[in-house]
Amino acid sequence: MTPLHWRSAAEIAAQVAAREVSAVEVTRAHLDRIAALDRRLGCYLLVDGDGALAQAAAVDRAIAAGDSPGLLAGVPVGLKDLLVTEGVATTAGSKILAGFIPPYDGTAVARLRQAGAVILGKLNMDEFAMGSSTENSAFGPVRNPWDESRVPGGSSGGSAAAVAAGLCAVALGTDTGGSIRQPAALSGVVGLKPTYGRVSRHGVIAFASSLDQVGPLARTVEDCALTLEAIAGHDPKDATSIDAPVPRYRDACTAAAADLSGLRVGVPEEFFAAGLDPEIERLVRAAIAKLADLGARVVPASLPNSEHSLATYYLVATAEASSNLARYDGVRYGLRVRDPGDDLNTMYQKSRAAGFGTEVKRRIMLGTYALRAGYYDAYYLRAQKVRALIKRDFDRAFATCDVIATPTSPIPAFRLGDRTEDPLAMYLADIYTISCNLAGLPGLSVPCGFTTSNTLPTGLQLLGPPLGESTVLRVAAAYQRATDWHTRHPPGAERSTP
Amino acid sequence: MTPYESVIGLECHVQLATHSKIFSGASASFGGAPNTYTDPYTLALPGTLPVLNRRAVACALKMSLATGCTIRRVSRFARKHYFYPDLPKGYQISQYDEPIAEHGRIDFLLDGTPRAVRLTRIHMEEDAGKSTHVAGAAYSLVDLNRAGVPLIEVVSEPDLRSAKEAAEYLRAIRQLVRYLGICDGNMEEGSLRCDANVSIRPVGDVAYGTRTELKNMNSFKHVQAAIEYEVARQTEVLESGQRVVQETRLWDEGRGTSHPMRSKEQAHDYRYFPEPDLPPLVVTEAEIEALRSSLPELPLARRARFMDRLGLSPQDAALLTAEREIADYYEQVVAAGPSCDPKRAANWVGGELLRELHRDERPIAQSPVSPTALAELIALVAGGTISGKIAKDVLATMYASGESSKEIVAREGLLQVSDESELLRVCQKVIEANPKQVEKFRGGNDKLLGFFVGQAMKETGGRAHPERVNQILRRLLA
Repeated sequence: MTPLHWRSAAEIAAQVAAREVSAVEVTRAHLDRIAALDRRLGCYLLVDGDGALAQAAAVDRAIAAGDSPGLLAGVPVGLKDLLVTEGVATTAGSKILAGFIPPYDGTAVARLRQAGAVILGKLNMDEFAMGSSTENSAFGPVRNPWDESRVPGGSSGGSAAAVAAGLCAVALGTDTGGSIRQPAALSGVVGLKPTYGRVSRHGVIAFASSLDQVGPLARTVEDCALTLEAIAGHDPKDATSIDAPVPRYRDACTAAAADLSGLRVGVPEEFFAAGLDPEIERLVRAAIAKLADLGARVVPASLPNSEHSLATYYLVATAEASSNLARYDGVRYGLRVRDPGDDLNTMYQKSRAAGFGTEVKRRIMLGTYALRAGYYDAYYLRAQKVRALIKRDFDRAFATCDVIATPTSPIPAFRLGDRTEDPLAMYLADIYTISCNLAGLPGLSVPCGFTTSNTLPTGLQLLGPPLGESTVLRVAAAYQRATDWHTRHPPGAERSTP
Repeated sequence: MTPYESVIGLECHVQLATHSKIFSGASASFGGAPNTYTDPYTLALPGTLPVLNRRAVACALKMSLATGCTIRRVSRFARKHYFYPDLPKGYQISQYDEPIAEHGRIDFLLDGTPRAVRLTRIHMEEDAGKSTHVAGAAYSLVDLNRAGVPLIEVVSEPDLRSAKEAAEYLRAIRQLVRYLGICDGNMEEGSLRCDANVSIRPVGDVAYGTRTELKNMNSFKHVQAAIEYEVARQTEVLESGQRVVQETRLWDEGRGTSHPMRSKEQAHDYRYFPEPDLPPLVVTEAEIEALRSSLPELPLARRARFMDRLGLSPQDAALLTAEREIADYYEQVVAAGPSCDPKRAANWVGGELLRELHRDERPIAQSPVSPTALAELIALVAGGTISGKIAKDVLATMYASGESSKEIVAREGLLQVSDESELLRVCQKVIEANPKQVEKFRGGNDKLLGFFVGQAMKETGGRAHPERVNQILRRLLA
């Protein structure tokens, strides 16, 4: 029998609903495993054991009393620490939020609770979601469970590694330029970034408002579908959330949906260019061939403006970030240095200098520069125009295909410290994921094999048209049914089972 | 000395009278213990997002329609950045290059002459909190109750030519927003604020001079005084051969002077960019039409109608249209009685009633004398039931007790004496009692007639019909 920590969310929810296993047992098993493994991995910034057990007990009681179980009844969930949680410290991976305890739950978190999920704690991340390796956390790095000398990707590195190591069944991450999909690929799990506006941003600490989106990471596509179903939907508290009905995403993951006959998979050659690791190229092309085996028709697609996506992204995202992070001023909450000087500006300067890390400061400066009077047209406005062109490329591409398949990351997980001195090399880790955010599309990364040289996980990225989550999920679920990559577990995590 | 002309433009901030703030559900009321009208959004807690209050949009649209602006069907919010403790997010959500309305005008009267001042734009934004700098203390206090209260900024073209005109323009704005019911116009509490851009140029020049911006003027009087001071100051600068420096100056109410803000405080690059948390603000045709048809008759139109249709003097019409509630009251009085002459009603409302109300600082909406009750009183005078003089006393009683005029007249026996024989008896008595005055009158001192009328009125406790008494006395004394 599968140990509790390797069971999928779908299995746990069904078994908890059927009272075959209690939510408390599932929670306890995960808490024990976190205690045993996480000192090494560094996934959790905070474990709320008492809170989790209380929620689990409440789920068990409700089911015993005959209440209809939620979609995620008893499913142990970890939250990227960018999601605010009522009464539970939330840091965004930054020292500047020292001591901040939110008085409210964000919408995604509240919907998870409503669905019966049990929140185990808060997961490590790059500070304010700025990074691709989780090395920019103010609280230490996360190690990749497949090779602990390597990074798990980022910025949702704690989320990806925790799911990979069986420290939760599902995690929520956020994705501004690839921060769900890239760590999912590097850590060998499934990660879904929904359409911009599909999940409310209320209660998500803002990095780049026009790009940020919350999404699930899990070991199976079906678990991502279930979780999305629980958290998606219109929210009056987020003016940019989409007012469209939420389909039963899990229906896209059934055996009946696994026949891909007639489905067109677009392959843009721009995403197989120089800089792509040859092993990854081989594995991704093999995965696309597998989709053809399942009935899909592989067609060429063209996204000519994608070469501008990195430059566009680093203008739009930094500009918005420089604005969003202005509120961390040491006045109302968070860090204020002990010796704030004797005037206001000194207090601001000292608190922000002490509270923000190097990468965050770099991006605040880049963004501030881009928005200066007289430079706005040349930078921010121009970037928005290119962004419109990138979006138009996708609109055209989706006229002749249903999903687009690409590598998620050009490289497998790299060693801790390898890229920290070279921010541009770090930025290139997101080269294939960024255009999806700029266009506001749904994107998913699904494990598609391991490199032979050092057995590191690789991800296939699937992109869909706006609100095309069901299609993307369907293709990924069909692929997972036909492959067994997702059934493999990191050797270290397997050995350390308590 | 070169004759100079002042060139003035005003930027008025109008707080909109909505229940909740522009981007969150916290109360937008004035007052309250510091930092009690807040919520996670007002405090700019991480993860909070703005949600636009459509009632604030409706208020902005009313003002835009009332000033004949062109309304953008799609406008946009932008972020304006600067660090200050009373600005919790580190930016103010405002409108920048795509405001909700543009190209309007404000009409008003300057010493009875019509003036029109062009509006550049009207845009929506959120208010900041309030900082209090405690003298000698090592800290400042911040109250965020006001942070996020909805504002419209009404920006005029530099069309104003004197401090007095600027003050009149501002009064017109106050009157308009009060008519529209979108703001109480209270300058002391800051619900209406204004900054002035002032420059001067030699008369006849077309090019503008260097302008300064004046801030911190909290009443009409101070707006006028600050501009007068600034015009005099700039004139002196130019006359002494120097140049006016472009700067922001703060009015010091106590000293009656202004001083420049520190240059550090002026050197802002606001780094505007479109607010990504809010979709563009879309206004539909239906919304505009519904609001247009809900607009009240505006002050100048109403004043003109009171003159043309009701025959009021310009002064009376202005007085009675100063506030929408006064005009409404007045029209209800006129409508209440068919015998109610509009001019007489104007005298009663604009004279006696407003005097009583002003004394108590009571708004007309809370008048103890209803329009119907006042109309009844006016009808009693018109029908000769009581004299005008007595009616004034009756009104005072009505105001104090809330009784009807008929009740008071009946109880106190105040019916006017019009009976010919009774009046004849009274007049004869007055003549007999004052032989010396009779002699003088007959000797040619016509002015003494008033004395005899007064005596007759006194004799009847003011109830005598004054015109009849007049006639009888003339006859007897002839």
